[in-house]
Amino acid sequence: MLIKQLSVFIENKEGRLEGVTQVLMEHNINIASFSLADTAEYGMLRMIVSDPDEGKRVLKEEGFSAKLTDVIAVKIPQKPGTLHEVLKVLFDAALSVEYMYTLATAGRDTSIIMKVSDLEKALELLKENGYAVCTAKEAYEINNNSNK
Amino acid sequence: MIWNETKECMSRDEIHNMQGARLKKTVSRVYHNVEFYRKKMQQLGLEPSDIKGMEDLHKLPFTTKEDLRDNYPFGLFAVPQSEVIRVHASSGTTGKATVVGYTRRDIEIWQECVTRVLAMAGIGANDKIQVAYGYGLFTGGLGLHYGAENLGATVIPMSTGNTQRLITMMEDFEATAIACTPSYLLHIAETLEEAGKTDKIKLKVAICGAEPWTENMRKEIEAKLNLKAYDIYGLSEILGPGVAADCDAHMGLHVYEDHFIPEVINPDTLAPCKEGEVGELVFTTITKEALPLFRYRTKDLTSITYEPCECGRTLARISRFKGRSDDMLIIRGVNVFPSQVEAALLEMGETSPHYILIVDRINNLDVLEIQVEVEEVFFSDEIRKLESLTKKIAHVLQTALGLAVKVTLVEPKTIARSEGKAKRVIDKRKLI
Repeated sequence: MLIKQLSVFIENKEGRLEGVTQVLMEHNINIASFSLADTAEYGMLRMIVSDPDEGKRVLKEEGFSAKLTDVIAVKIPQKPGTLHEVLKVLFDAALSVEYMYTLATAGRDTSIIMKVSDLEKALELLKENGYAVCTAKEAYEINNNSNK
Repeated sequence: MIWNETKECMSRDEIHNMQGARLKKTVSRVYHNVEFYRKKMQQLGLEPSDIKGMEDLHKLPFTTKEDLRDNYPFGLFAVPQSEVIRVHASSGTTGKATVVGYTRRDIEIWQECVTRVLAMAGIGANDKIQVAYGYGLFTGGLGLHYGAENLGATVIPMSTGNTQRLITMMEDFEATAIACTPSYLLHIAETLEEAGKTDKIKLKVAICGAEPWTENMRKEIEAKLNLKAYDIYGLSEILGPGVAADCDAHMGLHVYEDHFIPEVINPDTLAPCKEGEVGELVFTTITKEALPLFRYRTKDLTSITYEPCECGRTLARISRFKGRSDDMLIIRGVNVFPSQVEAALLEMGETSPHYILIVDRINNLDVLEIQVEVEEVFFSDEIRKLESLTKKIAHVLQTALGLAVKVTLVEPKTIARSEGKAKRVIDKRKLI
């Protein structure tokens, strides 16, 4: 199943990253996981949050360039070689990975967030090969200990 | 030396009469050969016979860069194409370039004017001159080239873009003169200094132009390179470089009035300015065959004096330029209009119309950065896509402006929306 990732374009300017986290805090939106990619001039903050639609809305209201992107989260066991096996399944089918990062979890298993060239096909392949993917609700609510 | 004493040292009466006679002939020829001017004159109820001499100059209509654009490319040419032996082009305000043409006689007059400039700066047949203006559609390179050849100097046609090669040849060929933009010459001076080569070069004269500079910059160039620097002015619509230049006195630039009639007007009321009063410079060409122009508004701000100069020349002098009456920028000698950037971005269709041009001078080289807002329509969460968009914008702008551009994507709504006319330019260059 597809998960909505909240992506934000951030200029390399003092206080911009803090601005994003502040807006999310003020609206009681939890950041379950994130990755920050940087270039010389700007950064790209990608997040899995407790309420992506609301997150996008409030960030846009505050003048940020925010967008929702579909990604998948594959559950893999924490042991050597498991990441390689998942990637092999995708590469063998000629899919390419645009980017990936881990969905923070405290338990034995972990989940990998991926943006793949063909998401539907990736989901199908993973299912065929016995991998489980996170549901949207699971991903958004992971690590959310707020008293909402 | 004075290259053409008969033309450069005439009495003011002689100049006035020569201009009147040439103006009269030009008006009649233009009226019969250029539909645009014929219609304009008819609208004003003007017959060619109404222009009897200089006293009637003010009756003629003004011409603007927009008129050249509206008649793109050759609509204002006054001769059949078979008589045009060359064209040049400069930046237009949007999309299309401003195209100018020359007959063989026009090219001869152009080289005569540039020769006068070089002779005035003390350059002669024994000199070796590096022409480091761009060669091509830009008038700088070929303009100086033909003038220097006509003078009999040895021309080293460097063009632009390779400072190391320029310095190597400057040293090995023992070049004695150079023609380039003043900011580039300062860059060359610093490069020489860093390499410890300043003492090894033989330059004694520099002809600088194609961008505004100050008296202090001239003194700095002269001190750094131990040479004499002179100011040359021109614009392709009228001729190219060589419309005016300064002499040893450095008390203004002599205008070659036997070919161009200068006027200074108030850009708002269009009324003539008094001698010495700053206004917009306007030229009427009186010998050009291919592209004669009446009262062309240069948008350059200056003042004029008709007092004879201590150098012996009687030609009118215009002061150092005080700026522009429009928003044109001159970046590395290339004319840039913010409207060109806007037109190019809109044509791409993938960007917002919110942009700002930031011009800076780093190590004496002009750098143009264009910041463009990232809008949702073309915002991607993939850096690869954003980078390829940046490259695409840079390519489109580089093609439109003829100038390397650094493109930076910025967050939406971070470029100030001013009320009324948007502020599109931040010019950080400080003319010392």
